[in-house]
Amino acid sequence: MRPLKPLRSTTLSIPKATLSPEAETEVTTRAKYELSHLQTLEAESIYIMREVAAQFERPVLLFSGGKDSIVLMRLAQKAFRPGRFPFPVMHVDTGHNFPEVIEFRDRLVEQLDERLIVASVQESIDNGRVREETGPRASRNRLQTVTLLDAIAEHGFDAAFGGARRDEERARAKERVFSFRDDFGQWDPKNQRPELWSLYNGRIRKGEHVRVFPISNWTEMDVWQYIAQEQLEVPSIYYAHSRQVFERDNMLYALNEHVELMDGEVPFEASVRYRTVGDMTCTGAVRSSALTLAEVVAEIAATRITERGETRADDRVTEAAMEDRKREGYF
Amino acid sequence: MAAVSELLRIATAGSVDDGKSTLIGRLLHDTKSILEDQLEHVAQTSERRGDGYLNLALLTDGLRAEREQGITIDVAYRYFQTGAAAGAGAAATNGGTAATVAAPEQPGFRGGRKFIIADTPGHEQYTRNMVTGASTADLSIVLIDARHGVSEQTRRHAFIASLLRIPHLVVAINKMDLVDYSQEIFDAIVADFTDWATRLQLSDVVFIPISALKGDNVVERMDNMPWYQGPSLLYHLEHVVIATDRDMNDVRFPVQWVIRPMRDEHHDYRGYAGQMAAGVIRPGSEVVVLPSGRKTKIMAIDSYEGELDVAFPTMSVTLRLEDDIDISRGDMIVDAEEAPTVAREFEAMVCWMSEQPMRPGGRYVIHHTTRSAKAIIDRLEYRVDVNSLERDGEAGELGLNEIGRVRLRTSTPLVVDPYSRNRTTGSFILIDESTNDTVGAGMIRSGR
Repeated sequence: MRPLKPLRSTTLSIPKATLSPEAETEVTTRAKYELSHLQTLEAESIYIMREVAAQFERPVLLFSGGKDSIVLMRLAQKAFRPGRFPFPVMHVDTGHNFPEVIEFRDRLVEQLDERLIVASVQESIDNGRVREETGPRASRNRLQTVTLLDAIAEHGFDAAFGGARRDEERARAKERVFSFRDDFGQWDPKNQRPELWSLYNGRIRKGEHVRVFPISNWTEMDVWQYIAQEQLEVPSIYYAHSRQVFERDNMLYALNEHVELMDGEVPFEASVRYRTVGDMTCTGAVRSSALTLAEVVAEIAATRITERGETRADDRVTEAAMEDRKREGYF
Repeated sequence: MAAVSELLRIATAGSVDDGKSTLIGRLLHDTKSILEDQLEHVAQTSERRGDGYLNLALLTDGLRAEREQGITIDVAYRYFQTGAAAGAGAAATNGGTAATVAAPEQPGFRGGRKFIIADTPGHEQYTRNMVTGASTADLSIVLIDARHGVSEQTRRHAFIASLLRIPHLVVAINKMDLVDYSQEIFDAIVADFTDWATRLQLSDVVFIPISALKGDNVVERMDNMPWYQGPSLLYHLEHVVIATDRDMNDVRFPVQWVIRPMRDEHHDYRGYAGQMAAGVIRPGSEVVVLPSGRKTKIMAIDSYEGELDVAFPTMSVTLRLEDDIDISRGDMIVDAEEAPTVAREFEAMVCWMSEQPMRPGGRYVIHHTTRSAKAIIDRLEYRVDVNSLERDGEAGELGLNEIGRVRLRTSTPLVVDPYSRNRTTGSFILIDESTNDTVGAGMIRSGR
């Protein structure tokens, strides 16, 4: 390490245009050992997934059928092929999912020849573990937490991969990559383990588990650029399609069997696509004509509203809606 | 579509009034990284709290307790990107920035960068959070209020940047608008900082006079300081060369996971998965496996896309070797010529992160690369005062947020380099076995 050279403002950072021919060659040589930002993010995420496989006995990958968990599936292939995933894939099925997403889920898992576990919110309701909300704004979003925690306990999972990203939401910006959950599945934001270098501390006691977010450092744009680069298939609802929708709280919702219309809500047909994939009851669509990945990426680059702000009713309940649900054990 | 652009990890730290939030807010805002609903939310919350201004700190303060108490609890991560990294449509919305800051016609410009800011608060948990944020940073921004000059906090921050070997430091001398954009004041602060910082190990320091509030030299250079000929802050962030920060000479590959598919079509497959920590390897490269010391050659570098010609930091790859050697997680595949040290006794700088102090005789679990072992603290050589850099050789313990030079022993050998040479093979964490908490962060000086 060289000692500090007192640099004056006038002498620093030679503009690239004035580099000598030799220096130019050096720049070119260097570029050979340079990674793009997506390659760097991908390498970090693969490293995280392998750490989990090595440090835990019974990991599971939480798969929603959404774009973020589709990226997780590709990263798992990159981390473990030609072997199989050293963990099963689990979907918490609310029963209110878009049929296109369920169809996609089954096809992808079969294609990859991996194991799928479906944890059903309907079963939790039937067993009396949770009670169905009623009324026009009823949603099974919150009920999922109980189904998820029950499934984690039933299968004895000690680590669960999720596709959450820090750019998504304020509470998530503060969450660790290895996010510790106590034996009630709760997250304590004020008591998180410091996370240094790439040294992840996965030590837990029996009954506790860790949520692991391998794409913490990815943004929505990174995810779409990666989907385009890897040519990943995503459920058709991510592309513009014609659908019967109605407007509520300035958002467009799909007309569907799980939702009651309120006074004054009139369904109409529109060309829409989804930016996130959640329940039909709480996920809004955006008007769009984007039919290809390139068009979707262009729309997202031009948008001035965040994905959760634009399309998720579940985050709008209170200012700290996500934080409160996370504390209870939500995704 | 796959934009060729690099990722730059930035650490910032500071308190409410040095303008850090304003600076980050401006970087995010001027690169179009704050979206309308986020801004609207900040505006509404500022209004309700009676802040009287657009309080950009609310962008990063995500937790209920933080918003209620107006404090920042923890490290927050923010993301922004410029140029091609910002995506297809960004040219339209980002035109001003792209045109003036990173003109594509300049040689060497490769289409912008993606930035991750680890933003840490300036209050009592400062050291612990700052060390955490700094551990992965390529570059650190130290903010100095031009009216007050070099402060205790400036010194702490620079010391931590030096200790954690952040390769690049930017000293942003802020609030220049409040000192009439005076060159004399800027020069005096530069001289003062430089004089003090000669005691540190900083390899690349750049001073930039800015006004985060007015925008001078943040994204674009303005006319208020004609005496300043250097780049704007964002220009510097986009162009600082980081590709050579990693050691490209001596191969270091900690084995993370062994891939043995046991399927018919891959019956004899045995691949060693991990992330390149240093060096460049190719098929045929001679390597040594530590701690066993067995020599072999790289047969193939596997990836999901197929076999690769070359692997270098920080690629995650799978290696196959020519000889059938017993290798497991925690072993390291290294350069045949320049091997690291295999040791059980270490000298290290340790930053303590727990309310339970570290004392000689203390026993912990140590995580180093992909290996863990038990560790005993043999001796606390001295404790460093992070403000004065004075050493206290009489100290009997390291308390929360304190840093000291420690001697320790491990139950099994570790394969190490000095931290000054490699931040991956030279770092470790200590874990309290009774709570499973991470309680210490260590940087190895030497091992034997």
